Amino acid sequence: MQYALSIFLSGISLGGQYALIAIGYTLVYGILRLINFAHGDVFMVAGLMMVYLSTALPLWAALPLMLVLTVALGFAIERAAYKPLRSAPRMSVMISAIGVSYLLQNLATYVTGGLPKSYPELPFLSDSVVIGGVSTKWVTIVTPFLVIALVFALTQLINHTKVGMAMRAVAKDFETSQLMGIKINSVISMTFIIGSFLAGVGSMLYFSNYPSIVPLSGALPGLRAFVAAVFGGIGSVPGAVVGAFIIGMSESVIKGSPFSIFSDAFTFALLIVILVVKPTGLFGEKVTDKV
Amino acid sequence: MLKETKSKKGAFIALACVAVLLALTVVLENVLDPTRNIMLFTVLKKGAVYALVASSMNLLNGFTGLFSLGQAGFMLLGAYAYAMFTIPSAARDSVYYLYGGSAIRFSLPELFGGGAFGLILGVLLALILAGIVAAAVAWLIGLPVLRLKSDYLAIATLGFAEIIRAVFQWDKLGPVTNGANALKSYPTFSSFNIPGGLRLSTFVAFLLAAVCIAVILLLINSSYGRAFKAIREDEVAAEAMGINLARHKRLSFCISSFFAGVGGGLFAMFANQVQAKTFTTALTYEILLIVVIGGIGSISGSCIASFLYVACSEWWLRFLDTEVTLGNGFKLPFLRNGFRMVVFSVIIMVVVLFFRRGIMGDKELTDLFRKRKPKTAAGKEGAK
Amino acid sequence: MKRRVFAMFLAVALVFALAACTGGKEGGKEPAANNGEKVVRIGVFEPSTGDSGPGGKQEMLGMQYANKETPTVEIGGETYKVELVYADNGSDSAKAPTAAAELVGKDVALVLGSYGSGVSMAGGPVFEENGLAAIGVTCTNPGVTAGNDYYFRICFLDPFQGTVLANFAQEKFSAKKAYLLGELGNDYDQGLLTFFEQAFDGEVVKDSFPKDTSDFSTYLNKAKAESCDVIFCPVSIAYSTQIVKLAASMGLETPILGSDTLDSNMVLDAAKGSNVRLYVSTFYQEGGAPDFDSGIKAWLAEDSTAMTNNGGNDTIAAVTAMGYDAYYTALEALKAAGSVKAADVKAALPNVTYTGVSGAIAFDATGDAIRDTAYIKTADTANNVWALEATQTVK
Repeated sequence: MQYALSIFLSGISLGGQYALIAIGYTLVYGILRLINFAHGDVFMVAGLMMVYLSTALPLWAALPLMLVLTVALGFAIERAAYKPLRSAPRMSVMISAIGVSYLLQNLATYVTGGLPKSYPELPFLSDSVVIGGVSTKWVTIVTPFLVIALVFALTQLINHTKVGMAMRAVAKDFETSQLMGIKINSVISMTFIIGSFLAGVGSMLYFSNYPSIVPLSGALPGLRAFVAAVFGGIGSVPGAVVGAFIIGMSESVIKGSPFSIFSDAFTFALLIVILVVKPTGLFGEKVTDKV
Repeated sequence: MLKETKSKKGAFIALACVAVLLALTVVLENVLDPTRNIMLFTVLKKGAVYALVASSMNLLNGFTGLFSLGQAGFMLLGAYAYAMFTIPSAARDSVYYLYGGSAIRFSLPELFGGGAFGLILGVLLALILAGIVAAAVAWLIGLPVLRLKSDYLAIATLGFAEIIRAVFQWDKLGPVTNGANALKSYPTFSSFNIPGGLRLSTFVAFLLAAVCIAVILLLINSSYGRAFKAIREDEVAAEAMGINLARHKRLSFCISSFFAGVGGGLFAMFANQVQAKTFTTALTYEILLIVVIGGIGSISGSCIASFLYVACSEWWLRFLDTEVTLGNGFKLPFLRNGFRMVVFSVIIMVVVLFFRRGIMGDKELTDLFRKRKPKTAAGKEGAK
Repeated sequence: MKRRVFAMFLAVALVFALAACTGGKEGGKEPAANNGEKVVRIGVFEPSTGDSGPGGKQEMLGMQYANKETPTVEIGGETYKVELVYADNGSDSAKAPTAAAELVGKDVALVLGSYGSGVSMAGGPVFEENGLAAIGVTCTNPGVTAGNDYYFRICFLDPFQGTVLANFAQEKFSAKKAYLLGELGNDYDQGLLTFFEQAFDGEVVKDSFPKDTSDFSTYLNKAKAESCDVIFCPVSIAYSTQIVKLAASMGLETPILGSDTLDSNMVLDAAKGSNVRLYVSTFYQEGGAPDFDSGIKAWLAEDSTAMTNNGGNDTIAAVTAMGYDAYYTALEALKAAGSVKAADVKAALPNVTYTGVSGAIAFDATGDAIRDTAYIKTADTANNVWALEATQTVK
C-alpha cells in the first residue's frame, strides 16, 4: 500500500514537471510547426543558472532573475536561430533546433567542466514531509496544484486576451493572420517567452526534487515531455497536460514493475501506438493536407 | 542523345576520381609513417564510415523526403549482426564471460577456412548480413510507421531506435547480445594490414564505403530514384502520376536501412568494439548534421561533409582543449577542456543559419564539370 | 567555367589542408630536446567530459600531483623531463579510438588510463596495434586486459570487487535479500551486479535505469517495499550523488553498498549530516600514506582549478591515489626499460614492481595487478569524512 502510494506520488510529480515542459513544446509546435529540440536544454540551462545565481545572490533575488534570464534565453534563441529560417523548409528549422540543443549542451559542459552541480535547497519546497508513511518532499505535493494553476492562467490568457486571440489565429492559419494585420513575429516571441517561463518554473520544481544537474539533464525530461505533448495531441495545451500526467504515471509504474529496464522503451512504444492508431494524439485537431 | 553522353562522361570522371582516391589511400598509408600520421588515417577511416551512413540517410531524407531519425538504431542492428557472426570461436568465451559463452557457436571467417580468403569472404558476408538484418527490421517497422507524415515519422523512428537499444541492453538476451558488455575481438579494418607487408586498413574502409555509395548513386539515377524524388517534391502529384507511394516509400526505407546496417558494421570495424550505448539519438543527430552541412540531396556533399566533420570535431580543433600559456606567462583565455565542442557547435550553427544549402546544395561533384543547362531541360529529364 | 574553377580550388584546398596537417605533425611533434632538456611524454587517456568526467578528473589529479612532485626521471643515465599529454576520450567508446590515436600520434612512451572500462576496451586495440603499452588505472572490467598484450592495470577486477561486497553484505548485515541497481547498458554497473549476484547467497531484486535518469524515488521505495537488507548500486558519480541525496531526504535506513566509483567526496557531501548508511569498497584509505595525503592537500589548497576538479574540497579520492601510483609505476617502467622507445617500455613492463600508496603493485601473466585486498569504508556523515570499516580479502 505504502509502495503503491509512493509510486503514485512519484508519477504525479513527474507528470506535473513534464507538463510544464510539454506546454512549451506544444505551443511552439502549434504555431511554427517546429519541434523545438532545444527546449529540454533551455530547461537544463535554467537549472544551471539557478545554481550559479544562488551562490552570488540571496534566493529571493536569484529566483526571479533566473526566470527572467530563462525567458530572455528562449527569446534570444528564437530571434537568432529560428527567425532567419522563417521561409526555409521545416526540416531546416528543425535542424537549427538540433544545432541549438547541441550548442547549449556543449556550453554547459564547458562552463561546469562536466561536473554535476547541486541545486540549491529552496525553503519549504525542499523540506521533507511524510504522507501515509511515505517520505517525500513538499515539492511533490505542490507540483500538481501549481501546474493546474499555471495551466488555468494560460488558458485564460489564450482564450480571453488579445495576445491569446492572435496566438490562436496564427496557429490556425499563418499567412491569413499575417494578412489580417497580426504581428507574426511578436506573437511567436510571446510563445517562446511563455514556453521558457514555464520551463524555468518546471526546472525549479524538477531540480528541487532531483537536485543534481549535468549537461544532459535536460535531454531525457525534454524527450519525455515531447512524447507527452505528441501523446496529448500536439498543439493542444490541455492535451499536453493530460499526456504528461499519463506519461509520468506510466513511467513510474513501469519502474516499479519487474520490467524497469523498459521504462523508456515503453514510453516510446506507447507513443508509436497512439501515433498509428490516432495520429493526431488524444486532443489534437485533424489537419488535412492542402493539395 | 547529347545529354546522355554528357552524363556518361560525368560517371566516367567520377569513377576515375574514385579509383585515384583509392590508389592514393594505399600509397599514403604505405609511404607515410603510420604512427606519426595515425590521426590522419583514423580520421579517414571514420570519415569513410560516416560518409556511407550519411549517404544512406540522405537517400531517405534528402531524396525521398521521408524525415526519419532512426539511423542510429539501424546502425546498431548492423554493428551487432556483424560482430556476432565474426567473433572467432576461441575468443567467444572471454567476450561473453558474463554469460558463460555465446549462443552463436560459429564464426563466419572460420567457416570459410580462415586465412586471408576466409577473412575477406567472412567479413563481406557478415556485412551483407548486417545490412539484411537492418533492412528486415526496417520493413517490419515500416509497416505501421511509414503511414505517418513528416515530424510524426521522425519521432516514431526515433522512438524505435530507442526501443531497439533497450532490447539489446536487456541482460536476458545476454548470450546473444552480451547485454551491457561490449562485443570485441572480431576482425577490424586493421585485420586487413598484411603483417610485414602492405597496410590496407584505410583502403579497405574506403573500398567498402565507395562500393556501397556507388550502389546508392546508381539507385538514385535509376527510375526508382526518379520516383523517390517525385515523392519528395509532391506526394499527391507523384501518386497521380501512377507511382505506388506505399511501395516506394517502403523500398526507400528498407534500402536506406540496409546501407545504414552495413555502415553500422563498418562502424564496428572502426571502433574495435560494439556497445549498444554508443548508438544514441546523439549519433543520429550527428549524421543528420553531416547531411545538412553537405547539402540535402547531394551524395557527394554528404561524403565531403563527413570527412570535414570528423576531422574538425576530432582532430583539427583538438588544440582548443589544451590550456596554452605563452612565453611571457600570459594564459590564453577560454582555452580549456570542452572549448573545442563549443567552437564546433558554433561553426555548425553558422553553417545551418547562413549556408543553408550546405556545401553542395543538391548538386553532385560531377555536375560542376557540366555546362550549365536551361532549367526546363533539367526538369524534363527528371520527369522522363 | 566558374564552377569548374571552384571545384578545382576546393580539391586543392583539401589536399593542402591534409598535407599541412601531416607535415605539421612530422615536423613539430618530435620529442626533441627543448633548450637542451630531454623530454619523455606520458599519454593520459582519461575522460574529462561525459558521465565519467568527474572521476576522470580526480584520477588525473593524482597524476598531475605526482608529476609536480617528480617532474624528471633518470633513464639510461640521462635526466628526462616528464611531460603529460592529455586526450579526452569523453567517456564515449565511439570517440575513444580517435583519442587513443591522438596519443599514438604524439609519440608518447606509454599511456595511463582510463577511468571507465568501456573506453579502455575501445582504445586498447589502437594502442596494441601501434605497439604502445597502456597502464589501466581504475578500469576494473576483465575485458580490458584479456586478449590484449599491451594493456596492463594496477587495480583489482570486477569479479573480485563484486565478491568482496557480497561477502561484506552477508557478514556485516547478515543480508538475505539484496536490491541491485545499475545503469542500463553500462558494462561496469551490469558486470558488478552480476558478480555480486553470483557471490551472494540469498535472494536478489535487480533493476536497471536508463541513461540520464534523475528520478530514483521509485527504485528506492521498491527496495524498501521488498524489505531488502542491503542496496547495492555500483553506479557512476553523477547518479550515486543523486541516489544518496534522495536516500538522505527519504530517511532510508537500508544500508547502501557501493563500488569504487562511489568513493568520492561528492558522494560524501551528498550524505552529509543525514542518517544514510553508506559503505564503499575502494583501493585506498586516506591516512594510509600520511606524506602523500598532506602533500596533495597542500597542492590542492594552492591550485584552485585542481580543487574545483576535486569537487571543491580536499578529501582524497581513491582514484586520485591510484592515478598517483600509476604515474610512479610508469616512471619505474621507464627506468627499467632504459629508453623512451614504446617497444622497450612494453618489454620492461611485465616485470615492473612498485610499492605505492595504495599497496604493492605487480603484474600477473594477463597484465592484471596481483591484488587481494580491498578497503571498505563507511561515510561518517556527522564529520563528513570516510572511516575505515573493514579490510576484505578473497582467497
